[in-house]
Amino acid sequence: MPDGSFSHPQQRQFNPYTENGGTILAIAGKDFSVIAGDTRQSEGYSIQTRYAPKVFRLTDRAVLAVNGFAADGNMFVKKVQQRLEWYRHAHAKDMPLGAIARLIQTMLYGRRFFPYYVYNILGGIEEDGTGAVYSFDPVGSYEREACRAAGAAQSLVQPFLDNQIYFKNQQAPAGQSHPLHLPLSDVLAIVIDSFTSATERHIEVGDGLEIYVVLTKGRPTQDLEGYRGVKELTTRPDGDRVFLIQRELKKD
Amino acid sequence: MAATSAYNSPGFDFSNTYRNQFLADRGVPLPKATSTGTTIVGCLFKDGIVLGADTRATEGPIVADKNCEKIHFISDNIRCCGAGTAADTEFTTALISSNIEMHALTTGRKPRVVTAMTMLKQMLFRYQGNIGAALVLGGVDITGPQLFTIHPHGSTDKLPYVTMGSGSLAAMAIFESQWKPDMEREEALHLVTLAISAGIFNDLGSGSNVDACVITASGTEMLRNFVKPNERVEKERRYVFRRGTTAIKEEKVRRWVVDEEEVTPVGGEEMDTS
Amino acid sequence: MDHFPLSWGRPRNDALDAFNTYPMHKRPTHHDTFADGVQRTQQPIVTGTSVLAIKYKDGIMMAADTLASYGSLARFKSIQRLHTVGSSTVLGASGDLSDFQYIQSLMEDLIIEEHTAGDHHELGPAEIHEYLAQVLYSRRTKMDPLWNSLVVGGRKDSKNFLAYVDLLGTTYSSSSIATGYGAYIAVPLLRNAVDGRENTLTEEEARKIIVDCMRVLFYRDARSLNKFQISTVTDAGVTISEPIQLETTWSFAEGIRGYGAQTQ
Repeated sequence: MPDGSFSHPQQRQFNPYTENGGTILAIAGKDFSVIAGDTRQSEGYSIQTRYAPKVFRLTDRAVLAVNGFAADGNMFVKKVQQRLEWYRHAHAKDMPLGAIARLIQTMLYGRRFFPYYVYNILGGIEEDGTGAVYSFDPVGSYEREACRAAGAAQSLVQPFLDNQIYFKNQQAPAGQSHPLHLPLSDVLAIVIDSFTSATERHIEVGDGLEIYVVLTKGRPTQDLEGYRGVKELTTRPDGDRVFLIQRELKKD
Repeated sequence: MAATSAYNSPGFDFSNTYRNQFLADRGVPLPKATSTGTTIVGCLFKDGIVLGADTRATEGPIVADKNCEKIHFISDNIRCCGAGTAADTEFTTALISSNIEMHALTTGRKPRVVTAMTMLKQMLFRYQGNIGAALVLGGVDITGPQLFTIHPHGSTDKLPYVTMGSGSLAAMAIFESQWKPDMEREEALHLVTLAISAGIFNDLGSGSNVDACVITASGTEMLRNFVKPNERVEKERRYVFRRGTTAIKEEKVRRWVVDEEEVTPVGGEEMDTS
Repeated sequence: MDHFPLSWGRPRNDALDAFNTYPMHKRPTHHDTFADGVQRTQQPIVTGTSVLAIKYKDGIMMAADTLASYGSLARFKSIQRLHTVGSSTVLGASGDLSDFQYIQSLMEDLIIEEHTAGDHHELGPAEIHEYLAQVLYSRRTKMDPLWNSLVVGGRKDSKNFLAYVDLLGTTYSSSSIATGYGAYIAVPLLRNAVDGRENTLTEEEARKIIVDCMRVLFYRDARSLNKFQISTVTDAGVTISEPIQLETTWSFAEGIRGYGAQTQ
C-alpha cells in the first residue's frame, strides 16, 4: 500500500548521526585570518540552544571551526586539543598551523569507516607570517585556500565569497587587476554580511555570531578598534595574536 | 479503468495512487511543493474571533518568502489560516471562497462558518489527504463566533483556541497557560501575538512577522504585519557593481525586422463563373 | 576479508559498494551470526517523558513527572526520575528507564570511587555532565546506545550549571532546558519566563514557572501524569520534593459541543 501499511517488516537500525545546523566560514588575508561561526545549535525544527560555540581557539596562531554533528564536533576538537597539548609537552612550543592541518587530516582519516560527521575549517597564521585557511571534508581530504564556507548555508555563502573574495564573474577595470588580498576591515564587513544574509534565508542560521581574528606577529591592530566588544584571547606576548568579536544575529 | 467498470468494486478509485507509487518506485518522484512550515492560531474572545499567522514560507531549510500571507479570505465575515503545502492552502481556500459566494447569492443569506467548514472537510476528505492543507477557519455569523481546525484528511475540531503547523505546540503552550474565557479584544489580540511569537522564535519553520485578523459581528479587521519583530539589519557594505563588471565575451547583432516586399498581382486567370 | 566493523571477518562483496562510499548507517545490514547472543537497546521499552529545568537566582530547579510508560500503557505511576549525584548535582532522565537505572548505578560507582580517593575533592555538576557525555558518546560510537535524554543541573562554588546530553552524545547548555515533548511545549514558556532573568528570579517565581509548564505538559503530552517531583540545587544542597499533585481545570470543556455543525 502506498501508506506503507503492507510493506515488509523492516528492522530499524540505530542511527548514530544527526545534524545540528549552523554555518562556519574562514577568510585568509595577507597577514591575518578571520574564522567565524554562528552560535545556534538545532535539531529538526527545534533550537536546542542559542549559544553553542562552533569556533575554538587552539593556539595563539590557530583557530578551528567545526560544523555538522555537534557531538562528533566537540569530541573531535577535544582530541585535537589533547594532541596539541602533548605536542607542547614534547616540544615546548605550539604546533605550527600546517602541521595542525596535517594532524587533522590523519585524525579524520583514522575514522574513515565510521567518520566524524564534521566539516572542519582551520584558520590562522603560517610560520612565514601569512594568513591561511585550510578546509577539510569529513574523512580528511584537505586543501589550503583563501576562503571557505561550510555547513547548512554553505550553498548560500560560498558563491558570495567566490564573488567578493576571488572576484569571480567580476571583470577588473581596463589595465587594472583585482587585489590579491583584501584589507581586514573589508573582510570583517563581508563576514558579517555573509552571516546576516544567511540568517535571513536559512532557517538553521542565527542567534549569535563569533568572529575570531588572528593577526600575525607585530601587525598593527587599529582596524579592530572600530569594533565594539573586541576581546583579546592571546596567551603569550610577542607572538601572533587572537581576538574575538561577538555579534547578535536574528533569533527567528 | 472505464472499460472494466462493470467489474469494479464500489467505492473509491485508487488507481492513480498506485500509478504514482509505481512511478515513485521507478525513480520518478512527484514534484516537490513549497511547504509552509508555519505557526497559525485562532482564539475565541468575548465579541468574536482573532486569527493569527506568521509570515515565513520555506522550501526545506531555505526561506522562500519572508513575508507571505497565510490568512486567506473566505468571505467578509470568514477568514482561513493555512498551513502545509502553500499551493494547496491557497487553491482550496480560493475555491471554497468562490463556492461560499455562490452559496450566499443562491440562498440570499450571509454565509455561515459551518458551511465553509463543511465544504472544506468534504473536499479534503474526498482527496484522502493528498491535498496537504491544514487549516484554521474562523468567523462570525448569525449563530455567533465560530472557530474550527480542519486537518488534511478532513477531520475537524471545534475549540475555543486552536493552533496548527510546525509551531503549533509552541503556540498551544501559550494558549494553555494564558487563555481564559470572555477576554476583551485587546487581550485576545495580545494573546494571539504572544502565541505566534512563540512559534516565530522557537520553531525554525516559522519566522518574520505576526499577521492578525479580528472578526466581530460589526466587521473584519485585517492587521497585516501587526508586529514586525524581525526587521532586516543594515548591511556593513554596499554591493553595487561598477559599470562594465560583467565581461563581454562576444558581440553579435541580429536584425529582427523581416524585410517585406509587397507585390500586387496584375492580370492572371479569369475566375471560373460557369 | 571485510574489515568494516559491522561485517568484520566476513568475505567481502566487492560488487556492492566496493569503495565503502556510504556512511555506516546507510549501508546494507549484514546478518550477524552471533546476533542472538548479544542484546542491545534497539528501542526504548519502559520510558519516561519530559524533564524540565531552569536556572534561577539561588540555583537550579528541575522537574519530572512520576510516570513510567510501556508504549501507550501507563505502566508504573510512581517512578522517580530525578536522582541526586554527590552533594551539588541533580540528574533528570527521560527515555528508557532501565538504561537510566544503569546510569544511576554508574553514578554511585563514580561517587564511591571519588570518595575513596580521600582527596576531599568532590565532583560538581560540570564534571558529572562531562562524565555522562563521555559515557553516552562512547556507547553511541559502539552502536550500543543508552537510550536517554539527560539533564544535569547543579550549583557549586556559587555558580549555576545546567546542561543536556542524549543518546547520541549531543550536549548543550542553556538557562532553560527541556527534554522530549517538553522541548516543543515547555521550552517556549521557559524561555519567555527565564531568558535574561537567570540572576533575579526567586525560588517562588521559579517554582511557579515550573508548575505552570508541568500543567501545560499534562494537558498536551499523552504520555504524562499529573503527579511530579521538583528538585532544587542551591548552596544549601540538593532537595527532591515528595510527589506533587497538579491542579488542573477542565471547565472550558463544558461549552464545547461536537466537532462541527452540532449544537447540542
